[in-house]
Amino acid sequence: MNRNYEVMFIVRPDMVEEDLNKLISTLESSVTSASGTAKTEVWGKRRLAYKVGRFNDGIFVLMLVEATGAAVHEVERRLRVTEPVIKFLTVRTDEEMKRLDKIKKLRDSKKKASAQPAPVPVTPATAEAATEAPASA
Amino acid sequence: MAEETKAPSAHAGGGDSRPERSGGDRSERSGPPRGPRPGGGGPGGPREGGRKYFRRKKVCKFCVEKIEAVNYKDVRLLAQFVAESGKITPRRLTGVCTPHQRRLSRAIKQARNIALLPFAGRAQ
Repeated sequence: MNRNYEVMFIVRPDMVEEDLNKLISTLESSVTSASGTAKTEVWGKRRLAYKVGRFNDGIFVLMLVEATGAAVHEVERRLRVTEPVIKFLTVRTDEEMKRLDKIKKLRDSKKKASAQPAPVPVTPATAEAATEAPASA
Repeated sequence: MAEETKAPSAHAGGGDSRPERSGGDRSERSGPPRGPRPGGGGPGGPREGGRKYFRRKKVCKFCVEKIEAVNYKDVRLLAQFVAESGKITPRRLTGVCTPHQRRLSRAIKQARNIALLPFAGRAQ
């Protein structure tokens, strides 16, 4: 069963871009071989909020993965083994996305209902003006 | 009558200062409060009297601005709810509602883990 994950990892700042691209492609291929999909964003060099080892900054990479838990586990194992990776974090996002979709749907349905009576937004505005006037005076 | 007779005797026996003080206290205690009480005891009087200054009602930023996704990557948003020491600001200070505070604290902890927010102290 495929799920959505976000794998964020930080590599050391002095890593060559070539090596980074190679690392990313191997990670992506390991996901795709397990019948998943992966998309990668490189955030670039950023300052760390605290020192990690002896590094004050690092290159942040975000991977959006849709795969099984086992595939993500494999990605994590690879990250742990790869030496230039100084930190990583995996977050499961599918349930959150489901929740957000639900809220969005609910809001859209409400908007459609409120779209019919047009003069509704006028009355609150006047009410606000009325309440504001005594407060300022 | 009996009280009146006792009071002078206390003056005579206990010296000048003590009875004067006690007499002064009594008048202060009994005098001024009696005046405000009838007025203050009226409708809504004591409630407003207890509040020294007007405090604006705090509202949840996430509910007002309809921010549903509290994400660990949004450092700028999370930093608003972290004290300078790096601690998560309590709900009673920020006014964030309970469900959002729960998500917020989780996001802050995730951000700390990936070195986007500091565990302690200000970000360098």
